[in-house]
Amino acid sequence: MSVAPLLTTRALRKHFPLRGGVLRRTQAWVRAVDDVSFEVKPGETVGIVGESGCGKSTLARLILRLVEPDAGRVWFDGEDVLRVLPGRMKRLRRDMQLVFQDPYASLNPRLTIEDAVAFSLLVHGAGRSDARDRARALLGRVGLDPRLYGRRYPHELSGGQRQRVNIARALVLDPKLLVLDEPVSALDKSVQAQVLNLLLELKADRELTYVFISHDLNVIEYVSDRVLVMYLGQVVESGTADALAEAPKHPYTQALFASAPSMDPDRRMERPPIAGDPPNPIDPPSGCRFRTRCAFAMPRCADAAPPPVAVAADHDVACYLYDAATAVTA
Amino acid sequence: MSVIALPEHLSTVAGAPMSYWRTVAWRLSRDRVTLVAGALLLLIALSALLAPWIAPHDPSAGAIRLRLAPVGTPSHLLGTDEQGRDMLSRLLWGGRMTLVAGLTPVVVAFLVGTVLGVIAGYAGGLVNTLVMRTMDIFYAFPAVLLAIAISGALGPGLPNTLISLSIVFIPRVVRVAESATVQVKGLEYVAAAKASGASVWQILRHHLLANILGPVLVFASTQVSLSIILAAGLSFLGLGVTPPAAEWGLMLNTLRQSIYVNAVVPALPGLAIFVTSMAFNLVSDGLRDAMEIRT
Repeated sequence: MSVAPLLTTRALRKHFPLRGGVLRRTQAWVRAVDDVSFEVKPGETVGIVGESGCGKSTLARLILRLVEPDAGRVWFDGEDVLRVLPGRMKRLRRDMQLVFQDPYASLNPRLTIEDAVAFSLLVHGAGRSDARDRARALLGRVGLDPRLYGRRYPHELSGGQRQRVNIARALVLDPKLLVLDEPVSALDKSVQAQVLNLLLELKADRELTYVFISHDLNVIEYVSDRVLVMYLGQVVESGTADALAEAPKHPYTQALFASAPSMDPDRRMERPPIAGDPPNPIDPPSGCRFRTRCAFAMPRCADAAPPPVAVAADHDVACYLYDAATAVTA
Repeated sequence: MSVIALPEHLSTVAGAPMSYWRTVAWRLSRDRVTLVAGALLLLIALSALLAPWIAPHDPSAGAIRLRLAPVGTPSHLLGTDEQGRDMLSRLLWGGRMTLVAGLTPVVVAFLVGTVLGVIAGYAGGLVNTLVMRTMDIFYAFPAVLLAIAISGALGPGLPNTLISLSIVFIPRVVRVAESATVQVKGLEYVAAAKASGASVWQILRHHLLANILGPVLVFASTQVSLSIILAAGLSFLGLGVTPPAAEWGLMLNTLRQSIYVNAVVPALPGLAIFVTSMAFNLVSDGLRDAMEIRT
């Protein structure tokens, strides 16, 4: 396991200012992403799961440098993404692409879908007819016949078809890494399955690496090799998809699995699902951010955030229940 | 007015749907009110343009003995004004002035306002604050008052009218362009373009302008009627076009005292202003419906 990671983030942090009042002074900070570190190896699919508002989408934008982080580092393919020169950044962007969540807002209503896909190629200096041919070929690959759909506008397509266009647009530059931000959440269940299978096929065909973001644990389990569980801007547990499904350690992960609908009666857990909404990320709880909703909260949880502890190979949990000093087994 | 849906057979012929502009043209061709108003506008514009050739008399040649002749007088179809000048000729010539004074400021405001609005909206931050708060200063005055104040300071004459009205309309266009820009800027297709490495200019050109020019154009077209009325108002007050040139607002002013002698003739320039601005309003209404972008 000494393969160099394709993507590495170290202590990524992004707090958004909330401005108010006459002078537009910063009144508070939304702590969207707080000290998130992880690695993605070439060819793997890392799933990121968490409730809405936990900073998943911000994390996606930080990785691709669509949003500048307040602190932390990002390395992609051995390069320090946050410090490269603009020209080099443009070249790097070809290798890391994003598929968006909203199939409606993510396509320009004034461009035909072949033009939407070809646009990225034109940006990188391809000729007009060459770009169009490659765009049409890729549309065919994602399951949209270019002769039938190439000249159509987004409003003439269904949500699933638009998401295929989004995937084609992201792939047309031949990237190494695809960050998928809730790519199937806006779609019907039956269409979800088609799009997920398309993504898995494309990954095998093109030797892609995925960072797959979703709030849907079933989807994450289906596609991911490794999973990060996020809660209020922080990673609370990370491990292989199998390890997490077999033996989730963090109380939040356990609650997530308990609340995910399952068709298999044996997989239903006795643990109570979590109640209530996540606390406001403007003013997160001290110490462990999950303690306000945690069934196992201890006094020390309020003092300081628990550091990640390795409970098994490649399985880390940020919870005092697994701290050697506390030595309690849940 | 409701948006007219495209019939299935038209949008799917041989897998080649209509382009955006053809769709707009198709929707317009279905909108009878807009077609009639548009034809009327065309007629007014043509008659103004052709005034030197179709006007039966010299618009500034008076006849002392034939003052305030009623509508239908032989050789003076629409009567004469208080100096015995032919009303039809003066209305035709006056239309040129009024249309120039009505359209030019809006065109200038559309160009300048869109540029400023897009810059403010896309740059955000300090640039936005600077541009938008400056516009707010102009916004603090009612349009009429601002036009009168600037015209009063610059003095009468057509060029000064154009300048003052442009200043009145620029802030309005900036506001619309800025809010449209901010809205489109936040959409995911702009982020996608950024993620593919597109430059600011490429994003503005292919993604932003294409999506905001329609709404801004429609807004600007609604302002034409107001501009016509303001231009006429300025010359009515003696701040716009100077006599003896014919201009509808000015004609209204000089004929005002004659209203007790002959009520119909003094009403004619007013009617011309009303019909023209109404036609502009109806056409811009139709444009708004036809240019709606489907998402």
